[in-house]
Amino acid sequence: MFSLGLTSLLVRRNLIFVLMSLEVMLNAAGLAFVVGGSRWHQADGQVMFVFILAMAAAEVAVGLALVLQIYHRFRSLDVDALSEMRG
Amino acid sequence: MIGLLWLIPAFPLASALVLVLFGSRFSCKAKAMLGAGSIGLSALTTILVAVSFLTAPPAGNSYTQVLWTWINVAGLEPQIGFYLDALSLVMVLVVTFVGFLIHIYSAEFMIGDEGYGRFFAYMNLFVASMITLLLANNLLLLMLGWEGVGLCSYLLIGFWYRDPANGRAARKAFIVTRVGDTALMLGLFLLFTRLGTLQIQDLMRRAAEHWASGSTYAVVAALLLLGGAMGKSAQLPLQVWLPDAMAGPTPTSALIHAATMVTAGVYLIARTHVLFSLAPSAQFAVAMVGAGTMLLAGLSALTQYDIKRVLAYSTLSQIGYMFLALGVGAWQAAIFHFMTHAFFKALLFLGAGVIINALDDEHSIFRMGGLRTELPVAFWTFLIAGCSLAGLPFLTAGFFSKDLIIWETWSAGQGHPGFWIAAMVGALLTSLYTFRLIFRVFFGPLGKPATKRPGYAMKIPLMVLALLSVVGGYLKHPLLGFLGSVLPETIEVHTGGLTEIRSETIAALSFLGGLYFAYLFHLQKRSMADVLVANPVGRTLHQWWFADWGFDWIYEKALVQPFIWVAQINKSDFVDSFYTGVARMIELFYRGLSRTETGRVRWYTAAMAAGSVLFIAMVLLWY
Amino acid sequence: MEPTFYIAGGVAIVSTIVMLTRLNLVHALLHLIVSLLAVAVDFFVLGAPFAAALEAIVYAGAIMVLFLFVVMMLNIGRHAAEMERQWLTPGIWTGPVILASTLIVEVVYLARVASADLGTGATGPKEVGIALFGPYIIGVELASMLLLAGLVGAYHLGFRKTEKPEIQHDTGTHEGRADTGGDLVFAGTDQSARAT
Repeated sequence: MFSLGLTSLLVRRNLIFVLMSLEVMLNAAGLAFVVGGSRWHQADGQVMFVFILAMAAAEVAVGLALVLQIYHRFRSLDVDALSEMRG
Repeated sequence: MIGLLWLIPAFPLASALVLVLFGSRFSCKAKAMLGAGSIGLSALTTILVAVSFLTAPPAGNSYTQVLWTWINVAGLEPQIGFYLDALSLVMVLVVTFVGFLIHIYSAEFMIGDEGYGRFFAYMNLFVASMITLLLANNLLLLMLGWEGVGLCSYLLIGFWYRDPANGRAARKAFIVTRVGDTALMLGLFLLFTRLGTLQIQDLMRRAAEHWASGSTYAVVAALLLLGGAMGKSAQLPLQVWLPDAMAGPTPTSALIHAATMVTAGVYLIARTHVLFSLAPSAQFAVAMVGAGTMLLAGLSALTQYDIKRVLAYSTLSQIGYMFLALGVGAWQAAIFHFMTHAFFKALLFLGAGVIINALDDEHSIFRMGGLRTELPVAFWTFLIAGCSLAGLPFLTAGFFSKDLIIWETWSAGQGHPGFWIAAMVGALLTSLYTFRLIFRVFFGPLGKPATKRPGYAMKIPLMVLALLSVVGGYLKHPLLGFLGSVLPETIEVHTGGLTEIRSETIAALSFLGGLYFAYLFHLQKRSMADVLVANPVGRTLHQWWFADWGFDWIYEKALVQPFIWVAQINKSDFVDSFYTGVARMIELFYRGLSRTETGRVRWYTAAMAAGSVLFIAMVLLWY
Repeated sequence: MEPTFYIAGGVAIVSTIVMLTRLNLVHALLHLIVSLLAVAVDFFVLGAPFAAALEAIVYAGAIMVLFLFVVMMLNIGRHAAEMERQWLTPGIWTGPVILASTLIVEVVYLARVASADLGTGATGPKEVGIALFGPYIIGVELASMLLLAGLVGAYHLGFRKTEKPEIQHDTGTHEGRADTGGDLVFAGTDQSARAT
């Protein structure tokens, strides 16, 4: 799942897609944690998953707000258009 | 009074510094007074010191004054020390006195020149260096003076620096003498490593103790010192710089390239005569160099048309005489000839300066003529000097000194009939070219009229020097006796087959012969000279001798061209390219790395992913 | 239990793959939601009901809905689909696929040691709660601060000052509404020519 997310991140140029693939990657990480936690019958896996969830939520909120700003500025959602820090 | 010794070089040095630092604020008159006055004070001090030395000779006939220790490292302890004995006293007297006269002369000669103060600064610095050289008690200090005079020579030859030809001549002088200087330094290294000191007197003592006569070290060291002397005194094969050095102002030519600097080599050899006595083959080399230069320069002087160049070649030839004298072991004769030569050669140059100045910078003798009536003072003094140079019997100083040398080449321990013949031919040539010069310039129909007449500042030094050129010869016996405390007397060994009187007679005859031929070709039937030159053999010889026997051409082809070729090849300096290569590599990396900064998020993510893949792979492979 | 796990897992993967290749944004989002729900089922099978519930409620419920809101608000539409078709050439997949597959191989190799032992008991919400308020209390506090920061940041970043003319930070052009509404998704060139 993680590598799928990674591939998608590298391939897609639309900003929303990038964020979505980030979500996929986070989800995959959380999955790994939960599996680990359940394997050893500990709550820690799920605890980590809760944290990851919280973090993903915050990140999505901020990220989408940024997307709005970018769209407002650049009139485009192309990730490659945001390459002013070049060179 | 003798303690005033250190003031002799100090006065001109201080004056040079003042002129360099504050010269622009002084008026012309002040500059001249400072410049000439410092030398005058030097001359006065020298006289005082000389009086003190003569009336109350110090122990061992020498006086040493050490100012301080210059360097003190690993057994090398040269001092700033002055050593006064008969030899250095004579030379310092000549240098300061003649120098003083020339400075007075140049106060008027150089007037109106924009570099007036600069000129005096350089000249004073030169005199200071020369005196340091003469008075040095160790070879390193002598080297300091040696380099100093070389520097001043360069500065003064290229004095009118706006003309690039002068710069070239100055560089040529400096580079050629540099070759000699390198040989000299090698000689110093050898002497120091072998004998452990550079103090001249100690050195001579130790050399006599440790080295047998004819030992390799002595020969090599002597030859290296000879190399240095050859460079500075412009002897074969390093003589190419002196004719071109005439690009400098005439007082410079008079002081540096006639009377003083070019005799530094003679002084060096005389000073280290013990070393040369230990190396007969080196001494023979000295004599050969001297004889060769004498003849070569004499023949070249016959073809020159620039008045100063004739005198330059004449200087070469006369120094050849001095070297010849040193080579056959006639030490005292060499110094005697140095003294008389300083007088009449300086006078000749100053007279030439008067002529050049009067004729608005005309140098060619073929455009001059009949100046006998136009410039009477110049004519009479020039005539006296010329006769002294050629050796007019009994009346001139040059006769006494030159004849002594000619006689010694036969009779001295290392004398040889071949040398005697060469010296005699040289005397004939000297007479020939001197009178050629005199007849062309002063006699015959009027060429270019004189527009300026010399003032008193120029006339008085001429007259004083003329007087000295006449009476200097009568100082022969006292001088030789005086020098005997330093330089060994020349023992007359080969007295068979020739006596001194007969030698002198033949010399007088050569003088007259030269005079006659000069008269014939250059006054009576001038067309005969042209006929001689028009003849193909004559023409080739003329061209060959005119071009200084092709030495310039040889050096150009053999040394200068290959050097320029190598320099061209190494234009992109391969050593430097190492450093620029480093810089370029860094730039390459920079450009490469900056291409990874695309600003695109996907690129960065890919880089991160690739990095982590690589990392994990490394971990996997390790464990 | 086993087959449910693998089926749900397979659904998740397939759904993700489909999501990757969609041209239409909303379609892709929907597929992502499906994938997340499948993962929730996986959690349940693994004996982590709390995580499953959270996944469904928070992830699929809140975060994805947020995505949908923004996508709908931007109103990108068909133009985006055209652009996507241009961008997604087959050749573009090669590099990332190689990279990702290398990663998979490596990680699988590393994880080989673990035995596949799906535990029996379920770790219910009670245990998770005790853990959260016990040893992980600091993490909880930090997470709440993070959420606060996210909230404030999102608020500020989402704010658009098009009405106030005096705040002219003259770096960018306030194109805002003034420009044509036609070209919504800029044909992607590397020169961000609009933003001077």
